[in-house]
Parts: sequence; structure tokens; C-alpha cells
Amino acid sequence: SPWSSLWRDPVSGEVPSLVHSLLSWPYCLRRCSYCNFNKYIPRENNSHVMTDCLQRETETLLQLSQISSITSVFFGGGTPSLAHPSTIAAILETVSRQVKLPASAEVTLEVNPTPMGMSKLEDFCRAGVNRLSIGVQSLQDNDLGVLGRDHTSHQALEVIEEAQRLCPGRVSVDVMFGRPRQSVESWEKELSDLLRVCDDHVSLYQLTLERGTQLFKQVQQGEVTVPAEDVMAEMYQCARRTLQQNGFLQYEVSNFARNNAVSHHNMSYWRGKQYIGVGPGAHGRFVPLGDGGVVREARTQTLEPDVWIHEVQQRGHGTRRKIQLCHLQLLEEVLVMGMRMTQGINHNHWALFSPQMNLQEVFGTTSDVHQLLQKGYLILDDRGLRCSWDGLVLLDSMLPALLLELETQIQQRPQRNHSADGQTQTANSQCE
Amino acid sequence: MFSTHTDKQETLDLSKFPADKIRNFCIIAHIDHGKSTLADRLLEMTGAIAKTEKNKQVLDKLQVERERGITVKAQTASLFYSHQGEQYLLNLIDTPGHVDFSYEVSRSISACQGVLLIVDANQGIQAQTVANFYLAFEAQLTIIPILNKIDLKNADPKRVESQIEKVFDIPRDDCIRISAKHGTNVEMVLQAVVNRIPPPAVSSDDPFRALVFDSNFDHYRGVVANIAVFGGRVRKGDKIVSAHLGKTYEVNEIGLLRPDEHPTQRLYAGQVGYIIAGMKDVKEAQIGDTLYLQEQPVKALPGFKPAKAMVFAGMYPMDQSEYPGLRSAIERLTLNDSSVTVQKDSSLALGAGWRLGFLGLLHMEVFNQRLEQEYNASVIVTAPTVPYKAVLSSAKLIKNRRAIQKNMVYIDDQRVMMKYLFPLNEIVVDFYDLLKSLSSGYASFDYENAGYQAADLIKMDILLNGRSVEELITIVHRDRAYNTGKAMCERLKDSIPRQMFEIAVQAAIGSKIIARETIKAYRKNVLAKCYGGDITRKMKLLKRQAEGKKKMRRIGNVEVPKDAFINVLKRKDK
Repeated sequence: SPWSSLWRDPVSGEVPSLVHSLLSWPYCLRRCSYCNFNKYIPRENNSHVMTDCLQRETETLLQLSQISSITSVFFGGGTPSLAHPSTIAAILETVSRQVKLPASAEVTLEVNPTPMGMSKLEDFCRAGVNRLSIGVQSLQDNDLGVLGRDHTSHQALEVIEEAQRLCPGRVSVDVMFGRPRQSVESWEKELSDLLRVCDDHVSLYQLTLERGTQLFKQVQQGEVTVPAEDVMAEMYQCARRTLQQNGFLQYEVSNFARNNAVSHHNMSYWRGKQYIGVGPGAHGRFVPLGDGGVVREARTQTLEPDVWIHEVQQRGHGTRRKIQLCHLQLLEEVLVMGMRMTQGINHNHWALFSPQMNLQEVFGTTSDVHQLLQKGYLILDDRGLRCSWDGLVLLDSMLPALLLELETQIQQRPQRNHSADGQTQTANSQCE
Repeated sequence: MFSTHTDKQETLDLSKFPADKIRNFCIIAHIDHGKSTLADRLLEMTGAIAKTEKNKQVLDKLQVERERGITVKAQTASLFYSHQGEQYLLNLIDTPGHVDFSYEVSRSISACQGVLLIVDANQGIQAQTVANFYLAFEAQLTIIPILNKIDLKNADPKRVESQIEKVFDIPRDDCIRISAKHGTNVEMVLQAVVNRIPPPAVSSDDPFRALVFDSNFDHYRGVVANIAVFGGRVRKGDKIVSAHLGKTYEVNEIGLLRPDEHPTQRLYAGQVGYIIAGMKDVKEAQIGDTLYLQEQPVKALPGFKPAKAMVFAGMYPMDQSEYPGLRSAIERLTLNDSSVTVQKDSSLALGAGWRLGFLGLLHMEVFNQRLEQEYNASVIVTAPTVPYKAVLSSAKLIKNRRAIQKNMVYIDDQRVMMKYLFPLNEIVVDFYDLLKSLSSGYASFDYENAGYQAADLIKMDILLNGRSVEELITIVHRDRAYNTGKAMCERLKDSIPRQMFEIAVQAAIGSKIIARETIKAYRKNVLAKCYGGDITRKMKLLKRQAEGKKKMRRIGNVEVPKDAFINVLKRKDK
């Protein structure tokens, strides 16, 4: 198969371990006004069953992927900090029973900064969590109300402090900008307040109005207004500058780190690595070698917890959808995800997925891309392809042109692979 | 329209109906005054159709007619009626009520000796009532006034009868009060038809002579012509000649319309029916044509003036690859609608297409609807171009106002006729409809070509970031330039997506900018979060945008979707 070079060492034939695992705890106590994720209100006494099923599905999918070690584990959802620390421990134990889970593996838990969450932090760390991602969203109490959050800014600050005590240098803070009634000035002030207390990692997300959320409706009906587009753009730019001035390196569109404290888990997404998604609504991308599969699949687990539980009990996993990714689709994901990183896509990285055509050959020839290079939005040099500081802000305006070019180039040349015994085969690069 | 032939052929012996037992009449009225409902009742009462609740506008066969509740094409039905021991053959022609289709009305009238003039007992005389009355009056037909909808609470028959007496000079005692919906007094209508409308003054002993007053194209059987026999008789196997083209045909089938086809052996003078004679093209059965027997040539009957198009539109396929399909759909539809004028045209933006002329805006809408429903064609409808001649030498240009009054004449104490000289451009799009609407339908309009006239015309460019968009170059009168230019810029602004730089949309005459809109550049356009679950959704969106890019037109550095051209060029009505 054409992509076996991705996971099978051509010399030793060993399957490498570039896999990370995402677990979804889909329960929240309430729904924030801007949220459109897959989440549910927890039922009583469900926790035990959930834990069992998470373990079971973890086993099944690890087996299916035939990976030998896991480099990072991420507990998301929902509100994973609602789960019992013993759940976390049980799952980590299941993982390490089956594959290698080195001590250096990053184990992240998303935390909702309520007093209850705070009281469990130490136990979570004892259970094996070594990185905490705190959903602060805002340091203004008024805004927390509008966003439908269930904590105060003071409580959030306390959680940040506690988290840093437990995992120094490994705490991340999530903040949202573009909130109703926010101004550039108030945002700048908030940022400086944040910088006084945060650790070495910050994620800044522009508030996005998603259809079907309460906030969307409120804005539509004119009850609530969000800042104008230009203002949002200004907030983003000033945040980038401010964080840079404070020693943070922006390594992705919304992610900033000091002292190299990047999120390895998230980097794996952007670098096109395989990952296994466990739990209701979780997503995964891996090759089901255990089933004789040779193509990477995009997988989604069943959304509704009750149905998912039933399926896991029946057949060991609750995979609702799996789509094979053809060569072009895989490259497209590598492109779209990779360009979100400030380091972009370097030549070696691209070569892992496209051994036959390098970045220059794919992108260096059209006038569209040439113009973007000319204008300084894109950079294509001996390191690789990436956005400039100005280009990153307009990435989604540039991606369609890049995708079009990728499609044209790939479909013109059928891909060939040389397997270990030297025979050539033509790959299946036909996508719909 | 297929019928089973066998059993019906025996029962219909039309020799039993000499001219004096025949009555040819149509129902005319203003829109919605109840023609088609009365037609339904007449059909039921004479047994042409079974009496059920489902009979609603039976003669409206086209889907578009049924959906809109209007009659577009006149249909014919022959009814058998017994009165005082005698059998009569009543030929009813249903007509469209809408002003656009007056042409169909006058054609039907030419085959009749009388009309039922229906007036709504509450609304009273309306625009089409008057227009249709004059058509019938000028053709010297017997007019039977009928007050309909007397069952409604607001009906005021006395008032309307007075109105009829005053406006049409018809004695109020002549009026018949009915409710077509409930069938009240409809029997009296049938009696009036027999008693008051004269039989056709024709004889079966004369040489055969028939007027073609309508025709349809049927894919399997060829042209089906509706004829009114003005003399003699015709039967299957006869050799007939069409006066217009001089071609000879053999009669394959003749019969009555009841309203479905009922073949018969013969048709006699005074009767109305259909004929199929091996004609392949509807042009061979020209409306207004005369048919006669090969051995007995006759003088042609007075024909018809061809209908004048009043509203024009450009029609283009969504994509040039659909051109052949659209061409064939337009051809087939115009086969059965000879009042549409067709001319090839082309547009830089939209490719090859047509300039079509219609009797009115409704006619155009119905045509479009039929194109889409019956032929599955999707069409871009534009405001049409008119021909211009450019004078290259620097001749003096005469400044003139857009319309110049030439003449004004009072016809009678109710009507005035005014003559104006108009630039064609001013009337091709919506003048007719505006006129009708402003005069509540009472005004009528006709035009003739007055040749080319010098005018203060200029060429207007549309620019995107300074580059001219060739497809949108417009010739416009100086007085109109600003409004047209501004409107085009606004439409473009709404149709072109934002890009990474600002876009200036301008209308220019020479180097002078006369209108401008600005499309702001994106300052930020990147998805905030892209993790596991977000990837699939984002990829779909980006792929869709990439696909869309393929279809965009590049003007300088600006990407313009095809829709933008369509939005600027299309008709602005409604």
C-alpha cells in the first residue's frame, strides 16, 4: 500500500507509535450559551457504566489500530472534570495494560474552574494527569454570566493557582475574545491581568456564533450584540503582539506557549498524526490494521451516550461512521491543519505523506500562490511552506486556492509505491 | 390527449346537426368573474363530463393554468343539448381573462356568432369586460350579458344591470342572473344560447371552407388544428389544401372536442372541431389560415393580424452546455404558443441565448413557468438589449426628450387615443405592464417601428479595481446613466464575496466615475478552533469553496462568481 511508509519502518518493519488518544466525557452540568458541542446532562449512577465502557472501547480501538505506544492522552468533552478521578485512573491503566504508555506521555485534562473542579485537581493528578487545561473564557464576571458559565473569575484565578502548584509549567488557560460588549481597551486590560497569573500556555479563541446556540439566537433577535468584524480583527492582532512581547511564541492560530510548553496532543492533530477517539462523539484518524485495513480512516463515535453505551456493551465499540481517506484527502488534511501552525509544513513532514511530490512541485507553480508569496502572506523556502505573520490571519482566504492546486497536481500524477521487495504498484488515488 | 376511438365513432352522426341546429359561442369576461366555472357547469349539464365535485376548471388543462387558477390557452368543447324536443350542437370556446391574452380572445371570437359576457354581480364592469365587449361588438356578435356570483352576499345585480345598460347600451332585461358555482339558472343560459344566438349562416352544400383558429403540436400525431367549418363538409381521406402555403394534405382524423377528442366520420358547416392531416410543423397550420378541398378552391377567409409583442426579455441557459436543451424546449413551447416572438441574441457574460417577446408580463411568467415545469429547463431571464446603430462620424446629435407627444384624438366620450414617439429601450421592459397597472387595465397599447433616431447615448463601463468588466458594458441614455450605473454597482457589491483586499466597484463614462461602491477587505479570516471534531466540517467547507473558485471569473485580481453577472443583468421585476 502507498502509505505504509507512514507507519511501517522500511528497515525493521516495526509499527511506530505516533498515536495519541482522545477521550470524550460528554457530560456538563449546564450548556454555555455559545456552545454547540455534543454534550448532555449527566444521569445519576451513570458514572460506573461510562467508565467501564470507556475502558472497553479503549481496548477495542487500541487493538484495532495495532499501535504499540501512546504519546499523549487528552480528556475532553463535555466537562471531564465532572468525572471521578478514579475513572481517569482506570482508563490510563487500561491503556498502559495494552500498549506502552511512557511516563513522559502528556496526559491532559480539561478543567472547568468551579470550586468543585478545584477540589478534585489533586486527585486527578494522582490518577495520572500531568497537564491541566483550564476553561477560563473571561476574567469579567458580567461576561461569564452572558456566556452562561457557572463560575466566577475569582474562582477561576484560584483554580489557576492551584493547578500551577500541582503541575508547574504544564497549565494552559483558555480565553475567549469578541464577547458581547467587549472593546479593544477592555480586552487589552484583561490580557494584562491574565498575563500576571497565567502559566506557560494560553489559548485565545475568537467567539464564533454557531447556529442553534442560545447566543446565536440572542444576537439574531438583537438582544445581544457582538463586536464588529474589524474590532475582532484588532483584538486578535493586539493579543498576538502582547503575548509575543511577554515571551510567548504563537505556534498556532489560537495557541501560544512560553518555555516550549506546547500542547503535544494538539500538535499531533496539526501534524497529521494518527489518533484514536474514545467516547460518545469522539473523532479519530487511524489505520485499522487489526481488521486488515491499509487506509487511514476518519472515524466518529456515536453521539448519544445511552446509545453509545449500548453499542460498546454489544460489540466492544460504538463507531458510528468511518470513511476511508484517499491519498488526496489525506494530503488535504495535512495541508489545512499544517498551515495553521506558524512553523507551517516543513519539507520532511510533507515528504512523509507525499514522497513523490514535494511542496515546491505542488504549490510553487501557480500564479495564485505566486501572488500570495509576492505579497508576503505565504513563505515557501528551504524550510517548507508556511504563513507569514500577516498571512496567518487570512489563512482561510488562501486555503481554497491551495486546495485547488493540490487537487490539480495530485490528480494529474498517479501515485506509485515501491514496496520492500521492489515491485511497483499503482496506488488508489481516486477520490470522489 | 388520447381518446379511445371505437365506441364513440358510432354514436356521433354529425349529419343530424345542420347549421340551424348549431350555436357557436364563447364566454368572455374580466379575470376571475367566473368564465371557467360556468364552462364547468355547462359541460356537466350537457353530459360532456360527469357531474362531480371534482370538476373545477376542467378546460384548464395546463399545469400552470391549474396552479395559478387562470386560463392561458383557449380550449374548445362541443356540447349536445336538448331543448323543446330538438337536439342542438353547442360549440363553446373558453377564453383567457387576462389582458395579456386578449389575442386568444379575438381569435376565438372569429369562430363564433355570439358571446356570453360575464360580469361579476358585485364587482361590475371591469377593464377586460370592456375590452372584450368591444372585440365582440366590433365583430358584430350577439352579446348575452350574464351576471354571475349572485349567491354572494355583496352581489348587487340591479346596480350592475344598470351599469351594463349605460355602458354597453344593452337592455337590462337581457341580463341573466346566475351562480355558476351552484348552477343556479345555468339552464337559462343554455336556453338563451339556443334562442338568442343565431346559427352560423353557412351551408353544407357550399364548397368546404374552414378557418384554423388554433393549433397544437402532438409528438405522436403531428399538428392538431382547431377549425371552424364555414362551409361544406369534410371527412377522413379528403385531400385538403392550406390557403397560406398552398400545400396539400390528406385528412387522417377529424372530430369534435368534448373537451377531449372524439373522432367522427365527418364535420359539417357550422361545426367546430379538430383535424389531423399529416402536417409536421405548426407553421403549416397557421392561425387564421383557410382550408379547402383540393378539387374546390375557394376564396380565403379573412385571417388575423399577428399578435404584437409588448414585453421583451432575454433568456439564457444557466450554462452554455445547456444551450441545446433550452433551445429545444423553447422551440417546443413556442410550437403551441405562436404569440411569442423569438430572436437569437448573445451576451458576453451569459453566452448565446434569445430575445423573446411576449404579450405581457403574465404571458412571460407563464412561459417561464411552463419552461421549467414541462421541459425542466432552468433559465436566466434578463432585461433585453435593443438594437442600436452607432454613428461614427461626428454628426450633430439631436437632443430630445425620452418621449414626444405626436397626437391626441378623442374617440368617444369615454376614450382618448394618444400617439407618442418613444425610444424602444423605454418600452421593452415594463412599459406595457406599468401602463396597464396605472390605468387598472383599461388602457390599451400598440406600437410600430419608427426607424432609428439619433439620441444622446453613451457607453458606460463597469470597473472592478480599475479594470473594465467587458460583459457589463452598457449603452444607456445620458439621463439614465447615473441611476443605471448606481444600481449595477449596488448589485455587484451584493454579489461579489469579500477578498483579501478592498474592491472598488465603479460605473464610468469615459474616464469619469459616476457611481461607486466598495467591498471591504477581510481583516481576519481564519477558523478559531480546529481540533479533532472540527476537521471534517472545516474540510467540507473549504472544499466547497475550492470548487466554487473553479467557476469564478477573474477580472484583474478580483474573483467574480457567475451569479454576480446574472444578478446584474437579470430583470428587476418583483
